[in-house]
Amino acid sequence: MGIELRRAILLALVLLAGTLLSHARVGAQTPGSAAEPIGAPLLPPASVVADDTPNDSGRSLTLRWALSPSDREEDGAFAGYQILRAQSPEGPFVAVGDTPARTAEFVDNRELRDGTRYYYQIVARRGDALAPSVIAGPAIPAAQWFHTGRVNTLIAVLVLSGLIIYFIEHARRGRPIFLRKIAGLDAVDEAVGRATEMGKKILFIPGTQDMDSVQTLAGIAILGRVARTTATYGSALEVPVSRSLVMVAARETVKESYLATGHPDSYNDDMVYYLTDDQFGYAAALEGIMVREKPAAIFLQGHFYAEALILAENGNSIGAIQIAGTAEPSQLPFFVATCDYTLIGEEFFVAGAYLSREPRQLGSLKGQDLGKAIILALLLVGIVVQTAGIFDFASLFVVQ
Amino acid sequence: MKRRIPLLLTTLVGVIFVVQFFVPHKPFSDMQGLLSDWVQIIAAFAIWLGALNLMRVSAENVQRRERNWPYAAIIIASFLAISVVGFFFSGGTHFQDPGTPFDWMYQNVYNPLSATMFAMLAFYVASASYRAFRARNREATLLLLAGFLVMLGRVPVGDKLSGFLPEGYRLSNLADLIMNIPNKAGQRAIMIGIALGIVSTSLRLILGIEKSHLGGEG
Repeated sequence: MGIELRRAILLALVLLAGTLLSHARVGAQTPGSAAEPIGAPLLPPASVVADDTPNDSGRSLTLRWALSPSDREEDGAFAGYQILRAQSPEGPFVAVGDTPARTAEFVDNRELRDGTRYYYQIVARRGDALAPSVIAGPAIPAAQWFHTGRVNTLIAVLVLSGLIIYFIEHARRGRPIFLRKIAGLDAVDEAVGRATEMGKKILFIPGTQDMDSVQTLAGIAILGRVARTTATYGSALEVPVSRSLVMVAARETVKESYLATGHPDSYNDDMVYYLTDDQFGYAAALEGIMVREKPAAIFLQGHFYAEALILAENGNSIGAIQIAGTAEPSQLPFFVATCDYTLIGEEFFVAGAYLSREPRQLGSLKGQDLGKAIILALLLVGIVVQTAGIFDFASLFVVQ
Repeated sequence: MKRRIPLLLTTLVGVIFVVQFFVPHKPFSDMQGLLSDWVQIIAAFAIWLGALNLMRVSAENVQRRERNWPYAAIIIASFLAISVVGFFFSGGTHFQDPGTPFDWMYQNVYNPLSATMFAMLAFYVASASYRAFRARNREATLLLLAGFLVMLGRVPVGDKLSGFLPEGYRLSNLADLIMNIPNKAGQRAIMIGIALGIVSTSLRLILGIEKSHLGGEG
């Protein structure tokens, strides 16, 4: 019994020693454990650097520092850092902000003046204990005249704009430009003609967004062409809109089209009317118009969200010929599924130029196509370079 | 003149927006906020333009007893009801506070109507999908197959059915593969085209080549 007890005590001691040893090893492997143990004196952050915030409009400084050795996840008492600021290294320093533990950056944009020198101290906090860093500075806030993180965008804009302007000039000199056929746009005459033959209305819906959306502008450009055709054919055109400013712009466009085709008497302001700004209220009103009046042709051209499918599916159910166009990728599948013709993305933006056949506008399309060819070439180069691991090609295209 | 001034303004504002993207310095840094405020102010005034137009057109419909005039009467009655309740019986500027008659109408009339319209989408998705997924030709068959695999891979039964396959080769992985590779590639191609279209359209607007939004040729 005595021997067994001794053996049990010996075994327990061996187990205890093993556990302690393994704990000691784990502790040695934990990152940051080189720092002093919990409960040791609070240490300040080191390597404090204060600099002007890059690419900004001024009145901002950015501070960075190396975390205090006392700032460890297992130290729940560590409260974070207090940021002190002064206009002289002698002080007085005033608190301008706080950051939580394990944060090593702070952007100070509180009541700074460009061109003034500022000095900083970062104070580590644990309960009532404070550990201030050495004083960093001077740092002087200033505004920049160029955003260096957007050089890539600038190059892309210049190249694309250059190509487009070059081809606009090219077309202006009367050089021929080849355009591939876009079925949806060639069907505009067919749709208007069919409505005229049936003696029914043509409904043009320019989306649910305001004039600040480029898609609405593209939709209005298409409306101008459709209005010219309806004016020539003598068909009834109805344009219910969901924004007051779109109503004004659409009226001007339709009126001008009727004037240009020599049919000013056929135009009246009530062809374009406002319904509501509310997305589903607008959809409900249009649904009612479609079901009651059964237009023969429906144009859905503009910026659409969830109402896209409600409108297109209703148009489909009444048997109208539907031509849709949007640059909203999430709504494109719905239009493709429910409409006779869909202008997908870029086709929607070229519609105005395509229908007008105006040389300068056609020139811009050629420039756009060449831009697409350049992007395709860059994609191929990127695939090769990135796959081969030569360098991080994708990083060239990061925009700040 | 009527067209030249808006064209000049379009060019000026367009150039300002391009410049402010690259120049963080004042006054360009404040321009976006300033112009956005202007848009808000103009839009606030324009709401009256739209509302008055709606009332005028509806009133004419009722007066002439045109076809479907009762709908126009409902528009006028609803507009007047919500306006009168909001302006005169809902505590002035606090009309949106919970418990006001305006809030009651918003919660119990407007919201259910709006939600009903949104809910109808489910039925439209079903009917549109039925037509889109009919295997009429090779492309539609591919669409049907991809849609079937993605739907099956997105529900637990998909992995149950393919549970005998090793991890990484089950239906959920196949669904992820379809969504992340061919689907994303197609979406990005469309996005690139859209971005180029926006650049081209913006440039035509800034240069004054595209002026159909002002009622002009081009």
